[in-house]
Amino acid sequence: MSTFLGMPTDRPFPANAAKAVRNAQLRVNLRKATGTIRARRATAVAELPDWQDLRSAGKAIKDHTLRHLDDYLIQLEEAVTARGGHVHWARDAAEANRIVAGLVKATGETEVVKVKSMVTQEISLNEALEREGIAAYETDLAELIVQLGDDWPSHILVPAIHRNRAEIREIFLRAMPDAPADLGDQPRELAEAARRHLRERFLRAKVGVSGANFMVAETGTLVVLESEGNGRMCLTLPETLISVVGIEKVVPTWRDLEVFMQLLPRSSTAERMNPYTSMWSGAVEGQDFHLVLLDNGRTSVLADQVGRQALRCIRCSACLNVCPVYERAGGHAYGSVYPGPIGAILTPQLRGMDTPLDRSLPYASTLCGACYEVCPVAIDIPSVLVDLRAKARHSRMERLGMAAAGWIFNRPSRLARAQRTASRLRRFVPRRLPGPGAAWTDTRDVPPIPPESFRDWWTRTHGGAR
Amino acid sequence: MSAREAILARIRAAAAGAPDPEIPRAYRTEGSADDLVERFTERVRDYKATVHVTADAGTVIAEALARRGGRRFVVPGGWTAVPDAAGMAAMSAMADMEALTDDPPLSARDLDAADGVITGCAVAIAETGTIVLDAGPGQGRRALTLVPDYHLCVVRAGQIVSSVPEAIARLDPARPLTWISGSSATSDIEFDRVEGVHGPRTLEVVVILQ
Ligand code: SF4
Repeated sequence: MSTFLGMPTDRPFPANAAKAVRNAQLRVNLRKATGTIRARRATAVAELPDWQDLRSAGKAIKDHTLRHLDDYLIQLEEAVTARGGHVHWARDAAEANRIVAGLVKATGETEVVKVKSMVTQEISLNEALEREGIAAYETDLAELIVQLGDDWPSHILVPAIHRNRAEIREIFLRAMPDAPADLGDQPRELAEAARRHLRERFLRAKVGVSGANFMVAETGTLVVLESEGNGRMCLTLPETLISVVGIEKVVPTWRDLEVFMQLLPRSSTAERMNPYTSMWSGAVEGQDFHLVLLDNGRTSVLADQVGRQALRCIRCSACLNVCPVYERAGGHAYGSVYPGPIGAILTPQLRGMDTPLDRSLPYASTLCGACYEVCPVAIDIPSVLVDLRAKARHSRMERLGMAAAGWIFNRPSRLARAQRTASRLRRFVPRRLPGPGAAWTDTRDVPPIPPESFRDWWTRTHGGAR
Repeated sequence: MSAREAILARIRAAAAGAPDPEIPRAYRTEGSADDLVERFTERVRDYKATVHVTADAGTVIAEALARRGGRRFVVPGGWTAVPDAAGMAAMSAMADMEALTDDPPLSARDLDAADGVITGCAVAIAETGTIVLDAGPGQGRRALTLVPDYHLCVVRAGQIVSSVPEAIARLDPARPLTWISGSSATSDIEFDRVEGVHGPRTLEVVVILQ
């Protein structure tokens, strides 16, 4: 079974992107939002004289952890258990969903409140809980917009980035029963409507579900960064807290947080610090605490020499915000909860490259390298893309063409003969190729073939000496 | 094989040849010790929170609460240890108010009905304008500073460190920690920061000079 990443589309990226770029509203929304955040991130990062040192440390901490991931997970499990928490392990999405559903049922509740978490989207936890008769309520403003609009997230930090304020107002008026009839489209009013809508739900919530940004092996500490306070509500008010976290989120020591608590806020929301961060170790303040550690394809990524660096990702979304392809195509085109440059390398690795969509993702890039430059843990996304392109299965025509080219380039005599033939036939080569070759010339001209090859010219003139 | 054993076995097979770099810690582990109070207050103000710097906490707190209005404020256990004698003055200034002490614990609904909460903190960070609460004396459990719409936080000047690494070194991970940088906010609509969503919409910080 291939790994499920929670979004239904099987059309390849170019088809999705072609559709998205025709949506003028989407392009305006994305350009405005990514432009704002790009400039702010640059300022926030420039303020720290030691940014590159933090980046090197962040990268090395993650690589070191991945090398000893088994040891650190065991240490984490011991620390969480010693402090009264319960640790569960899940090989894939189905197993994680089963565990969470079982834990919720054991409490006798039929409702859970959720903090924004990529990993629970990855495993489609909400849908799985719904099938078990459990309602999961998203509480992050953007997630709420997506959930109420019956939509898909399009960004890992601000999942409703494809919506502007006027569209959000409409969604609220349509789907939020207690939205005031005279609701305006000022962000302040929209935030206020969400506050009132969710307050009652927070106050009566008995079960909270979260992810985590970091887990500390040494102390069993989980860390959740957020802005709105909905995270704190879900983490502290319910009697039972269930956190589902990917195994790659562990860091070895408490001290390591001094690096990531600087790298993450400045890279993601471009602030010196995000408004709220919660850190807790095991079961605290009388809560029942469960940690579900999820693999779901991560160990296959870890096995890939080039691709494993994708597991360093701290989901800051800086690479999305600088990507010229993301800015135009938007998040939905990537057909996964992980869009943008990180999605282009993570999705095909987690899910495998069996579908046309997953094979097309490594090409969803111009290889400009902006993503690598901003990545706080220095993931060399362009190199992974190139490596994945080589690994993807290519079409029969392409393989035949490459084999023919290989045969010609292999011997200088064959190349010389081929060049002379091409020169003789140059008048007959069209600017647009027919048949499958058209895919290539749709966007480019065939280069003009010279009347004489360089080699022939050199032989004839001795480099122009004759 | 249990899921645990299966995952660990897969990790061992997958990570066998992976690189294991030394961790270079060339970054700053200590920031400048100058102007801590000035830098801290400036950065808290950047988050649009109100900041007072004073040697007379009692008066400033009493005035702040009067300005805020309402009379039912949550006051966590151990509060008097926070601003020392000034705290006592504040308490007497609040004489006509009702101090909700969380003993026995207040329900979430009680907290929602309160007019605000006053607490101390464990550490504050100048570079980022951050206050960290560790549920210690005068801070209480985490919900106390979350549900009420108004949070007044008292920071003693000596609690301010320069940088994030210094704060991490001072904090005890065994305690539940809440890092607070400004009031609740969101960037979810067009990446614009808007203050005031689910947490306290007003944060007021009083720095006590000693
Ligand atoms: S790949 Fe790097 S820049 Fe992109 S989300 Fe992950 S950590 Fe951030």
